[in-house]
Amino acid sequence: MANNYKYIGKNYTTPDLVAKVTGKAKYAEDYRAEGMLFIKLLLSPMPHARVINVDASRALALPGVKGILRASDFPAPPAPPAPPAGQPAPPPPALPPEIALTDEPVYQGEPILAIAAVDETTAADAIDLIQVDYEPLPFVVDPLDSLRPASPNARTQGNVYTGAGPTLKVVDLKWTEADFAAANEGKLPMGEAPDTFVLGDVEEGFKKADLILDETLYSQSTGHQPLETRTAMAYWQNGKLFLHGSTQSVAQTVPNIARMVGVKVEEVVLISEFTGGGFGSKIPGSGSMAIPALMSKKVNAPCMMRITREEEHYIGRARAGMYGRAKIGFRKDGRVVAMDFFTLQDNGPYNPQGDYRSAGSMASLQFQPETYRWRGITVLTNTPPRTSQRSPGGMQMNALIDPIMAQAARKLGIDHVELLKINAPVGKAPYGPIVPATKKQAYVTQANVREALDQGAALFNWQAKKATAGQKRGTKVRGIGVAVGPYTAGSIGFDGIAIVRPDGKVQVQSGIGNLGTESVIDCQRVYAEVLDTPWENFEVVWGNTAKGLPWTCVSAGSQTVHAMTRAAHAAAMDTKKKLQEVAAKALGGNPDSYQVADGRVFSGGRSLSFADAAKKAIELGGKYDGHEVPEDINSFTKSSMKVLAGQGLIGVAKDSYKRDGNTHSFVAGFAEVEVDVETGAWHVVEYAAVADVGTILHPRNLFAQTFGGSMLGMGHAISQKWVYDKQYGVALARRFHHNKPPSIMDIPASVKIDATDIPDPETPVGSRGIGEPPVGAGCGAVAAALVNALGDEAFRRYPMTPDLLLTSIESKTWQHSALTAHI
Amino acid sequence: MSDMDMGQTAPMTPRGGATRRDFIKGVIAAGAAVSTSAYLFRTSLAGQPAGAGSVERLISITVNGQVRRVDVMKQETLAMTLRYKLGLTGTKLGCDRAECGACTVLVDDVPTYSCSLLTHTLRGRKVQTIEGLAAPDGTLHPVQQGVVAEQGFQCAFCMPGFVMATVGFLKTNPNPTRQELAHGVSGNLCRCQDYDKILTALMHGAELSRRA
Repeated sequence: MANNYKYIGKNYTTPDLVAKVTGKAKYAEDYRAEGMLFIKLLLSPMPHARVINVDASRALALPGVKGILRASDFPAPPAPPAPPAGQPAPPPPALPPEIALTDEPVYQGEPILAIAAVDETTAADAIDLIQVDYEPLPFVVDPLDSLRPASPNARTQGNVYTGAGPTLKVVDLKWTEADFAAANEGKLPMGEAPDTFVLGDVEEGFKKADLILDETLYSQSTGHQPLETRTAMAYWQNGKLFLHGSTQSVAQTVPNIARMVGVKVEEVVLISEFTGGGFGSKIPGSGSMAIPALMSKKVNAPCMMRITREEEHYIGRARAGMYGRAKIGFRKDGRVVAMDFFTLQDNGPYNPQGDYRSAGSMASLQFQPETYRWRGITVLTNTPPRTSQRSPGGMQMNALIDPIMAQAARKLGIDHVELLKINAPVGKAPYGPIVPATKKQAYVTQANVREALDQGAALFNWQAKKATAGQKRGTKVRGIGVAVGPYTAGSIGFDGIAIVRPDGKVQVQSGIGNLGTESVIDCQRVYAEVLDTPWENFEVVWGNTAKGLPWTCVSAGSQTVHAMTRAAHAAAMDTKKKLQEVAAKALGGNPDSYQVADGRVFSGGRSLSFADAAKKAIELGGKYDGHEVPEDINSFTKSSMKVLAGQGLIGVAKDSYKRDGNTHSFVAGFAEVEVDVETGAWHVVEYAAVADVGTILHPRNLFAQTFGGSMLGMGHAISQKWVYDKQYGVALARRFHHNKPPSIMDIPASVKIDATDIPDPETPVGSRGIGEPPVGAGCGAVAAALVNALGDEAFRRYPMTPDLLLTSIESKTWQHSALTAHI
Repeated sequence: MSDMDMGQTAPMTPRGGATRRDFIKGVIAAGAAVSTSAYLFRTSLAGQPAGAGSVERLISITVNGQVRRVDVMKQETLAMTLRYKLGLTGTKLGCDRAECGACTVLVDDVPTYSCSLLTHTLRGRKVQTIEGLAAPDGTLHPVQQGVVAEQGFQCAFCMPGFVMATVGFLKTNPNPTRQELAHGVSGNLCRCQDYDKILTALMHGAELSRRA
C-alpha cells in the first residue's frame, strides 16, 4: 500500500554497519580494563544435588588466584512490599528464585561457584583444585516421566506448577496407570491438567464434525544459541558498577542488574552497544552478569567472565519442549468446528514458562475454532533453564498443529491454503480465554491473514507447484506446505527523547538494544518523518546508559517496532511543538503558524534554523531545554533527563496514544521440500513468506527478520534437538555440532519475502513487530510440506532427521514415538 | 619477566642474528602484552614455576601487513594472540573450537579458523584479519562495500568471519555462482539465520571485487 512517507518504508544504511564490517564494533568480550582479572565457573556434574561441602583451600593458595564467589555472596532478594493493614502476608515464592550460583544445583552444568584469577588458565587450574562434596538428589529429565505414578520430582518441592501470580505454587502431581494407557497406542496420556480454558461446548462441536483427527506430536527443547555467548565484564568506579554485557534490551537491563547485584538503579552503568544475538535468551541481560559484578566488588578489580560454547549450552537458556495432542473436528467445508488441544510442557527447573499457555491461545487465534478447549500442564525437569525463544509457544503451536492441518486438507480434499483461509482470523479477531472483566475474549488490533495468504500463494506460485507435488521423480519426491505464524507484536506506554543541538543536528536517544534487528535505529526514522528533515541531520545515541536513555520496552515478543515508533512519534511531536513555540518566541507570531521542515522552523518570511532554535531553547530553559519534564514519563527517563538537560531543545514524551485491541502480527509461510526416499535426506528448495505487520518500517530489515525467523523455525524441523542420558541425567548434545542450527547450506535456493503493508489502525505510524511470527510459519510450513510429500504418517516428532524419515518411508508409518523427550 | 612463567630451564636460542635481549625489547616496544595460553587466556604470572617449554616463544608474524613481535605460549591459539595480545578484537570467538567460523582469518590468503591454530606455528607467515581489509585511508574492501550496500547481516557477530572467508574464497574463485559462494562460506554459522541477505551482500561484494 502506498504511503506518503519519505523515510518510513525506505531502505537506508544503518549507522552502525561500518563499525560491524570493519571489526571496530565492540561486543562485551572486546573491552579491556586495567588490571582485569578472569573468571572461571565450577559447574555441577550432577542433574540434582545438594552441595554438602566445598574445600577451596588449595585453589585459593594457588598463585594468581584472587577470589572465590559462592551463592552466599549474592544479596538477598528484596522483601516483597508489606501488605496493607489487615491483609494477609503474601505467600512465600513457589520456588527459591534462580540466582547465578547455587548450592542446590537442579541441572547438570549449573554453576556452583566462580574463581577469579590473573588469567583464565590459572582460574581453570584453581577450579580443578576445588573439592566439592555433593549429596545426590532424585532427578528427571523427561516431563512425561515425572507424571508417572511414583516417579521422581525435579525439585524437592514438587514437579508441577499450578496457579498464577499470588496463587502460583509447586505441587506433587502424578497421573494414574489408567491415564498412561493411551501411551500404548502412541497417544499422549491426558491426566489431570491444572490449566484450562473453554470456548463453547467442544463435545457439541465434535458432533457437527465430518472429519475428526486426533494426533500426538512432540516439539523438542532447543537452545537459543546466540553466536555471542553471555560473556560479561564488570568493574566499580566511584561507587558505581560499570557493566559491559550482552543484552537484547538496554534500558530495561539496568533495573535487572541493580536487583541482582543489590544496588540502586542509579548506581549501574550498562554498556552494550552491540549484542551478538539473543532470540529471547538475553531479554533483560542474563543472571550470570551478576557474577563478574559481584566478584569485581569482592576482589576490587575489573573482572571478565568469558562464557564458552559448552557453558552457554547450560546457562544460555532454551525453548520449552512440548508434547501436544490435538483433536480437531472439521466440517466438510473445512471449517474447524471443534478443537481440543492438550499441551504438556517441559518447564526446565526454574521459573514457570508460559509457552504452553501461549500455544493454547495462539491456536484459538489462528484457527478461530467454533468451539475450543485447551488444557495444559507444565512439568519441572532437571534440564537447563527455559525462557522465551522467538515465538515462545507460538512456534510449538505451529509445530504441533500444522502437520494435522496438512493431513486434514488431504482428507477433506480442500486446498491447504483455502483451509487456512476458511479458518483465518479476520480484522479484530478474538483469541484466548474469556477475560473475566469483559466476559469476552481479548481481540487483536488487526488481522489481514487472508490477504497475506493470497499474496503469498501468488508469490510462491502455489497452484503450479500443487500440480506436481507428491509425484516421485527418480528417488526424489517433492511436497508443498503452508502455515501462518501468529504472535503478539507490540506494547505501549514507553518514552522517547530527542535533542535538537546547537550545532543543528538532532540527537535521538535510543534505549533499545542493538541485537541485530536494527530497531534500535529504525524506530528513530519516525523523528525524521515528523520533523520532515533529512535523515543525515540525525544522530542516534544508544547502548550506554550513562548517556541518558529513555525508558524503553524490552526487545522481546516483537514489541519494539510498535512500542518505540509510538514513543518516537510522541517525542517527535513534542520536539516539533517546542520548535514552533521557540520560533514564535524568537520571531513573533502564533506557534501554530510555524512549519517544521529541512532543519528549519518557519512561517512566511520568518525562519529559524534548528541550531538557532536550540540556542534559543537553552536560553529559555524550563521545558524547552529539558530542565522541566512531563510528569507522566518513567522515573528512568527522568533520571536520564538530568544528564541531558541544557544540551539543546529537548523533546521528551511518553506514548499515551490510544489502542483498541492487543497488537499481533502474522506471517504466512510457504515451503517446498524435496525428500530422497532412499536416504531420507531432505531439504527446503523454495520458501516464500508474506508478513502482515502493518506499515513497513525498513523493508530490508523486515524481510531479513522474516526470513531469518522462518529459518530459525525450520531449524526445529531440520536438525536441532537436545539429547539426554536418562540414566545419569547428563546432556549429550552440548555444542553446535551436536545441536546444529541450520547452516547456509540448509537455506532454500529460492527465497521470496514480501509484506501486506496495510497500516495498523491502532498506532500512529501503523507498524507492528516481526520477530516472532515467522518462526512458527517457517516450522509449520516445512512440516506441512513433509506431510504433503510423504503422507500423513511420516513423522510424529521434531526434528525430522533423515534416519527418522527413512524408517517411516520404509515401514509406511512413523516409527519414532512422540512420547520421549531429548532423544 | 616474560619468561618466568615458562620456566627456568629453557634458554631461548637467538634466531636470524637478533639477540634474545633485542627481541624482548622489540616485544615491549611493539606494545604486545607479555606471555599467555591456549584458548584460555594467560597473562604473566611472575614467579610462577612451570614446566620447561620446547618451542621458541618470541616470534614474528605479519599481521595486516605489519611485522608484529609477540611472546606466545606453546598452546596459545592465533585467536587469543590477536584478541588479547595485539588488540585485534574484530576476530570473534563464537565456539572456541572450530564449529562456527566466527574467528576466521586469512593465513597466507587461506581462510583459517584462528581458534584452532597455534600461534607459534605461524612464524614468518602472513595473517590478515577484518581490521586489515580496509585501505589505510578508510576505503572499505569491495566485500565490505557489498555488505554495506546490501545492509548485510543482523547482529554481525559472525560477520568478520564470513567476510574473511569470502575474501579468501574469492582469491581462488573470483566469479562464483550463488551456490558456489554459499559452499565457500559454509564453514561459518549465522544464528540470526540471515543467510539469504548475507549471500546477496557477499555476491555484491564479489562483483565489486571483480570490478576493483
